[in-house]
Amino acid sequence: MNGRRTLLVAGLGSLLLQPATATPEAMRAALAAFTGGAPLRDGKVTLEIAVLVENGNTVPVSVRVASPMSAADHVRRIALFTERNPEPGVAVFHLGPHSGRAEVATRMRLATSQTVLAVAQMNDGSCWQAALEVIVTLPACAES
Amino acid sequence: MSQRALIHLPAKVRRGEVIMVRALVAHPMETGHRVDSGGQRLPRDIIRRVEARLDGELVFAADLHPAIAANPYVVFPLRVTGDGMLTVDWSGDRGFAHRERAEIVAT
Repeated sequence: MNGRRTLLVAGLGSLLLQPATATPEAMRAALAAFTGGAPLRDGKVTLEIAVLVENGNTVPVSVRVASPMSAADHVRRIALFTERNPEPGVAVFHLGPHSGRAEVATRMRLATSQTVLAVAQMNDGSCWQAALEVIVTLPACAES
Repeated sequence: MSQRALIHLPAKVRRGEVIMVRALVAHPMETGHRVDSGGQRLPRDIIRRVEARLDGELVFAADLHPAIAANPYVVFPLRVTGDGMLTVDWSGDRGFAHRERAEIVAT
């Protein structure tokens, strides 16, 4: 009886612990919707997030972009994406010359170990990226 | 539901300086992907948009998805040109709307 209960609990646990992850197609679509088809270039963007995360429910993350933030040359938007959360989009931040600096921070959820991607879109439409591989020991959405 | 929110500004703000504004609101950010003990999917209930205005002019906005942690915390930059009233609006599912104000006094 004890064994059967353990099995039942284990079965339920695995059901709750495995959220559906976004498909690579969904990720491509979300990226294309943000970039408008502009190629993603490496550089300018600094993504800061712990490489080893104990609690996936609340993960501090910050993004910094090298930009003068002038009327002629500034970051228009910064987006965060994840490969293996149920949805690829995390957040989009809208900035402008009045921001004075291209830097944002938030706390996000990570459903599992995966790559986090930050993309910055400049006012000329060009897009720059930075990605980090993050290992999560306690995933988000684990509790019901 | 409690609707407590917080805007944090640096203690001293100088004219011309770029400050980081920290904004926090109490909200569960229910993802819509979780299932309760009875196998029922919990409906999504999130904050979708944060907007900051300085004397009525939009100076920052954020679109949030379920992957933002509960009690959404957003930090954003702002160039201070003088005294002003900063207003932050949070809005989302189930008609959620909350506004918080903070006065900027530049020295």
